[in-house]
Amino acid sequence: MAPVATTEATVLDLASSSTRTVNERLTSPEAPRTVTVTGPQGAHALACGLDSDIDVTIEGHVGYYCAGMNQQATVTVTGNAGVGVAENMMSGTVRVKGDASQSAGATAHGGLLVIDGNAAARCGISMKGVDIVVGGNIGHMSAFMGQAGRLVVLGDAGEALGDSLYEARIYVRGTVASLGADCIKKEMRDEHLTELRELLDQAGFDADPSEFTRYGSARQLYNFHVDNASAY
Amino acid sequence: MCGIVGLHLREPSLYPQLGALLTDMLAQMCDRGPDSAGMAIYGDRTWSPEGESTVSLLDCPIPAVDLAATLSSTLDTTITGLDLNPTAILHGVVGAEDLAAAVRSLVPTARVIGFGEDLTVLKGVGNPVDLANRFGLPAATGWQGVAHTRMATESAVTAEGSHPFSVGPDECLVHNGSFSNHMSIKHQLERDGVVFDSANDTEVGARFVAKQLAEGVDLEKALLMLNETFDGFYTLLVSTADSFAVVRDAISCKPAVIAETDQWVAMASEYRALANLPGVDNARIFEPEPEEVYVWHR
Repeated sequence: MAPVATTEATVLDLASSSTRTVNERLTSPEAPRTVTVTGPQGAHALACGLDSDIDVTIEGHVGYYCAGMNQQATVTVTGNAGVGVAENMMSGTVRVKGDASQSAGATAHGGLLVIDGNAAARCGISMKGVDIVVGGNIGHMSAFMGQAGRLVVLGDAGEALGDSLYEARIYVRGTVASLGADCIKKEMRDEHLTELRELLDQAGFDADPSEFTRYGSARQLYNFHVDNASAY
Repeated sequence: MCGIVGLHLREPSLYPQLGALLTDMLAQMCDRGPDSAGMAIYGDRTWSPEGESTVSLLDCPIPAVDLAATLSSTLDTTITGLDLNPTAILHGVVGAEDLAAAVRSLVPTARVIGFGEDLTVLKGVGNPVDLANRFGLPAATGWQGVAHTRMATESAVTAEGSHPFSVGPDECLVHNGSFSNHMSIKHQLERDGVVFDSANDTEVGARFVAKQLAEGVDLEKALLMLNETFDGFYTLLVSTADSFAVVRDAISCKPAVIAETDQWVAMASEYRALANLPGVDNARIFEPEPEEVYVWHR
């Protein structure tokens, strides 16, 4: 039987349904196109593994790993998010209107993660292609071992920003407490101002790209040096 | 993992609900530490009557009532004993340290797990909510409470290994994480004359803080000193007769959430432990910064 798409907004209440029931509904082929989830009460792993173009609003604070592995879906959390929000996201959009705890967007491959408030330590750790835009500050060791994608911070960054960074690009408007190993300040060329303008517009932030500083990898930590190619 | 919950009430009309609120918070943290639990209540006038001192005990070899009778004649004042299995409580009009010393002398195999004017400490092995109900925590009253659900890492699963560690008067320390250099600090403290009850790493933290407080250092400064001295992973909730404090290590891989309203300050390992507190919708909710000491005073 062909999936039946519901066009009306649906409310799923976690006060009367389990996390598993709600997640099964959201990931089913018959999932409503627009869903509001109420009463999250800090529950873990909400709206995880979504793989369709649905719009989910979670009203309140969520626990660990919310919207993990997201593909295609748009997930909005109106409160704070716990550890690992949008971890390993592949595509789609996740927005946290409050603050996010540690490891926001960890290992995410794609999509857009927007945090209106602050993100704590290790934001974007090992990011692999995701775009992350943070309205407030980020904690220490953010973008650690970042491999691809862009991290935009309208506030300040904590210690060891971009430690052991590969190719992810970082834009920070405020201060940076310290740069991690192999992370350096870089020139803002026109293409970067354009890229940043697009990211800020996508995330819905009104900020002037020229106020930001770009950081990236000095590429000194790579094991492979082309000068040594003949040795292989 | 371990789970921490703590509630510092500012609004006296909430005092009668302290135990019920703390039990509900504790229930949310059971799966972070299902093997044992401990809880401490400040100001329950059944367990810690006003004007009296209270001593909490584990492994008491005789019924608390019998011990209380002997202590009453030894100390020449009425001592009341309560068995809360496996914790026992004794209280009476006598100095807290004197009562603890008398208990240690009479039943040397028992362990004092808390003493003070306002403080009752309860510990046990097993499901934290079952323990809380057995102790009667939901009916407890008072102005401050802390509790811990333990997933043992550094020492055995015993009631003694449960947190909070209360080694100074009306002081409690609960810990999520592990200290990595606690043995060298322990040896230094022992050289300074500090006596330890257990092989637990958290006890070293508690003894360190208690020593600073006993020497007149304030709680904020004592925790800054702890930050400078201890390596490892830790989120700590530390309470005294008039203070409630939170501190994390520089790496901060162990979680913590604080919520604050005009009526109360609460801390937990995860938000879901705070989700049912009255007025939480209007609370300021934030994650404590690494190595920053947060202290609230009564």
